[in-house]
Amino acid sequence: MKRIFEILENNARATPPQISKMTGIPATEVERAIKQAENDRTILKYKTMINWSKLGEEQVWAIVEVKVIPQRNVGFDAIAERIYRFPQARSVYLVSGTYDLAVLVVGKTMQEIAAFVTEKLAPLETVQGTATYFLLKRYKEDGEILEEKGGLKRLPITP
Amino acid sequence: MSAVKSNRIKSTYQFLSTRVNNVSPSGIRKFFDLLSSTEGVISLGVGEPDFVTPWQIREAAIYSLEKGYTMYTSNYGLPELRQKLAEHLESQYLSYDPNTELLITTGVSEGLDLTLRALLNPGDEVIMPDPCYVAYPACTLLAEGKPVLVPTVEQGNFQIKAGDIEKWISPRTKAILIGYPANPTGAVMPKDELAQIANTADKYDLIVISDEVYGRLVYDVDHVCFASLPRMKDRTILLGGFSKAYAMTGWRIGYAAANHEIIEAMTKIHQYTMLCAPITAQMAAIEALKSADNEVEAMVRDYDRRRRFMLEGLKDIGLTCFEPKGAFYTFPSIKVTGMTSQKFAERLLLEEKVAVVPGSAFGQCGEGYIRCCYATSLADIEEALKRMGRFISKYSPKT
Repeated sequence: MKRIFEILENNARATPPQISKMTGIPATEVERAIKQAENDRTILKYKTMINWSKLGEEQVWAIVEVKVIPQRNVGFDAIAERIYRFPQARSVYLVSGTYDLAVLVVGKTMQEIAAFVTEKLAPLETVQGTATYFLLKRYKEDGEILEEKGGLKRLPITP
Repeated sequence: MSAVKSNRIKSTYQFLSTRVNNVSPSGIRKFFDLLSSTEGVISLGVGEPDFVTPWQIREAAIYSLEKGYTMYTSNYGLPELRQKLAEHLESQYLSYDPNTELLITTGVSEGLDLTLRALLNPGDEVIMPDPCYVAYPACTLLAEGKPVLVPTVEQGNFQIKAGDIEKWISPRTKAILIGYPANPTGAVMPKDELAQIANTADKYDLIVISDEVYGRLVYDVDHVCFASLPRMKDRTILLGGFSKAYAMTGWRIGYAAANHEIIEAMTKIHQYTMLCAPITAQMAAIEALKSADNEVEAMVRDYDRRRRFMLEGLKDIGLTCFEPKGAFYTFPSIKVTGMTSQKFAERLLLEEKVAVVPGSAFGQCGEGYIRCCYATSLADIEEALKRMGRFISKYSPKT
């Protein structure tokens, strides 16, 4: 069954008949496995990676390091939840090292992100401090290189 | 006016060696010319991976250039590479002395040429399967040997059988040349069939040349190295390479493994003709052996998905195809159309812009088949199958 998800992870548009052909698992079984995975949130969602800059859309990305005081019983989870509920927080991770939470924030402008950090994130009770790093250039995301330079093509016929 | 009347050369053909003139141009090359004048073609005619070499391998090569590794190496190849290679072969139940029994070559192509030139006297016969990789008969002829083609058939999964080999053995037979997993058919050889060939080699005292460049690209089966069979190590010249498994075709790097006398003889030719394999490619090969197992496994899984997809697709459009368990080729029969392989491939290219290689380019027994490579994107395979389906329904008799 893992083979089904390996295919879908790379191509969300692969259809059950296609997956069936590639794996030898009957299409009805593929369909059932996918349904079940959608229901139990093994498959979280299907999304498309868009390179917005190609459409002339400006986006500002920032990584915010957040140092927090863990709370009795809930540790970092409660504060993490307070933060990940904000739609501005695209990704939230608990990390080891000198700070605790790494938050990836995406906005339209620097001001928008600055406002989020200073007005929403920093004032949270258990937050001790933040450090914001604006991203200057995205080279590679989720395994995809954003600006792949075209390489030499293979010869169309070789022995 | 000069005293000697100038003799203009009418044709240089007469100057060419009979040896070279005896080799007919590759059927693939003829087809290539036709193809280069057509636009918008989807090609299933390639014979190499569609992956680029894994980055850590390329990076190691770049680093080696930065460090100034630009000189000749030992004729045999870098000691570290031979050492790593010996360890790798050990995992295939093969034990070779890295100092005397391994030779690094510029691809299996060179290894094959060295082998045949080292072994053959004029007129010596080499038994090989038909169809087979285009270089086998050609390199045999260039070494002044005689290729003896043993027919293999779809019903027999394109495997060469010991019983058939024995029918073609003559007092001049010197070697059996096999290449499994096979280009063009994708056929593999099960252990028991190989064991019977081993018995034949013993019985008739023959050398076995085993081209295992596709050895790591097998699906649902284990690859058996011929030399790992009992008593076979000394009889076998194992030819292996990095091209297919590590997606390193353009690096031109491979190896030969055999007993030290044979390696010594091959090195004699290699040292005067090639001197050594390119050092950058050798440095890359070291890294490949060290760290690319995960990448190879991922590529194999990916090929397997496309293999199954293409097989199902061929079935859907009404072509029969035996299940290839190795390499990255399918070899469907096109006999239903009544066309020759060459005609089929030409028309398919002109009418539907799909390039395949006519099976007849690989020998008479390839007639009636085409070679379709699935080392290409799934979207292209899907579109090519659609076009081929249209073509087949146009030309096969209505049932």
